[in-house]
Amino acid sequence: MVQVTTFDVVTVIATESLSKRFPRVTALDRLSVDIGPGVTGLVGANGAGKSTLIKILLGLSPATEGRAEVLGLDVATKGAAIRERVGYMPEHDCLPPDVSATEFVVHMARMSGLPPTAARERTADTLRHVGLYEERYRPIGGYSTGMKQRVKLAQALVHDPQLVFLDEPTNGLDPVGRDEMLGLIRRIHTDFGISVLVTSHLLGELERTCDHVVVVDGGKLLRSSSTTDFTQTTTTLAIEVTDSDEHPDGTRAVREALTARGVATDNEGAGLPGAGHILLLTAQGEETYDLVRDVVADLGLGLVRMEQRRHHISEVFTSSDEQRKEAAVHGG
Amino acid sequence: MAVEQPLATPAGDQSRIHDIGYRGYDGPRLGRGYARLSLYSQTLRGSYGLGRSVKSKVLPMLLFAVMCVPAAIMVAVAVATKAHDLPVSYTRYAIIMQAVISLYVASQAPQAVSRDLRFKTIPLYFSRPIETADYVRAKFAALASAMFILTGAPLLVLYLGALLSKMDFAHQSKGFGQGLVSVALLSLLFAGIGLVIASVTPRRGFGIAAVIAVLTISYGAVSTLQAIADAQGSSGAVPWIGLFSPVTLIGGLSSGLLGGTNTFPGSDGPTHGQGAVYLLVILGLVAATYGLLLRRYKKVGL
Repeated sequence: MVQVTTFDVVTVIATESLSKRFPRVTALDRLSVDIGPGVTGLVGANGAGKSTLIKILLGLSPATEGRAEVLGLDVATKGAAIRERVGYMPEHDCLPPDVSATEFVVHMARMSGLPPTAARERTADTLRHVGLYEERYRPIGGYSTGMKQRVKLAQALVHDPQLVFLDEPTNGLDPVGRDEMLGLIRRIHTDFGISVLVTSHLLGELERTCDHVVVVDGGKLLRSSSTTDFTQTTTTLAIEVTDSDEHPDGTRAVREALTARGVATDNEGAGLPGAGHILLLTAQGEETYDLVRDVVADLGLGLVRMEQRRHHISEVFTSSDEQRKEAAVHGG
Repeated sequence: MAVEQPLATPAGDQSRIHDIGYRGYDGPRLGRGYARLSLYSQTLRGSYGLGRSVKSKVLPMLLFAVMCVPAAIMVAVAVATKAHDLPVSYTRYAIIMQAVISLYVASQAPQAVSRDLRFKTIPLYFSRPIETADYVRAKFAALASAMFILTGAPLLVLYLGALLSKMDFAHQSKGFGQGLVSVALLSLLFAGIGLVIASVTPRRGFGIAAVIAVLTISYGAVSTLQAIADAQGSSGAVPWIGLFSPVTLIGGLSSGLLGGTNTFPGSDGPTHGQGAVYLLVILGLVAATYGLLLRRYKKVGL
């Protein structure tokens, strides 16, 4: 189910039946995708070919077949020119512990070709933008994981690239650090005007951060479309009710009452907290809200929550699951 | 420094300190050549602990002093006794101080390359305009330069001292020149060997031990074999045995081609012809270490 993106936006990354085969595995299999400016999520399980794609796009690893362009430059011939305009944040640790963030980022800025004075100024600016202040003069060895991630991000941004590749930037972060990093990634595009390609194996993260999501699996393109396409198909309501003596299983009572009135419901997926106690149904408009309120009131139950819920990107991964769920949701 | 501008972001965000307007960079991007030069100067400075912690400065600076002090003492003695020549020839000085030089290359070669491997900083370099060969050349040149400073400085001390005590200018200049050539080759050879070993030992401690082992054990073994060969009357084999350790390679080259005094056991040093073989072997080894480093870094990649 390849969706062709609109062509009126400039393409930042374009690949054409790009393949990469190693003696024993096929890392990329005829991947054709166009990526425009903005924040793009590259989603896939570990080993889906995300890192291989980034290596090819940086011009560091030749493709077995097919071609790719980054910022209009061919990766096979213009690798150095691409790397001058692109930033890269690796997934793994890459920081020497015995130098300060300032020294390290200045050095990396010079490696990108910035003259000494500009390297120092851009380092000070960039470290402040990623949220490192006084600690930037201390050796990196003493930093927390979150701070190290910020230094890694700073070295990718210090030369003011037009595009950055962020490989699993939220790896190893606690929930707060994760949120801050995602906010920062969003700002890289909105405030700094730099396009972002961010990889993750966690779909929920990208849903909040990205304009566009590309899903790869086993080196193949599974889907490429804007985040709103992924999540905007329907408005789903999530309902949770209390139980009462009269209705020991309030959830079931509500579902039966709603079904009787011609509204289909679905249980929230198993494995989540509250599974089995949350009902999902498709809102047809204002009257659906009123209907739910009346049904719950008639049964004498308490309405714990009623909220709009967007579809999750994760549904694309379990496509057969998704269809079943879609069928159930749209069934009534 | 940066002028901090208020932004056009939503009002709620302005309370956060790091929401200061982003400024792009329109200045020059100096590209590969500049990046390579920056890496060279950073590594060269780092080889003497400059731009690094105080702790990192101690050893290289100490070794530099240990290299220069004997030269200063020789000069002082020569001046005081109004000698007509220096007690040690320019080409021989580095051979006498080989232990100090080995210790220096053992401590600084891992500093130059092992850290980037161990802390996986390499991908950050190769995601920038420089290529594998740029990285290898910059590191090689930087360590060789650091070694040349280490081994050349005491020769300069000797030379200046000799001129001060009004020794024969032409003779001293010729000797100084020959000395510089020999330490230049020594620097390239030792830097190459040190870097190859360090580039396959990401743990710094192992790197140091391995470099010392290769340099001093080979020297010890070759010297012993030379002594045995000489004692057993097969002194013709002595120069050929000398081809098998870095220190004796430089020693043999100096006495064979650069007019230095013989450092091998027995009265006869290498002939001119043998000296030429020494030169070829040294150049071959330097090229081989460069090739090995290129191969090693092609594999490291991202």
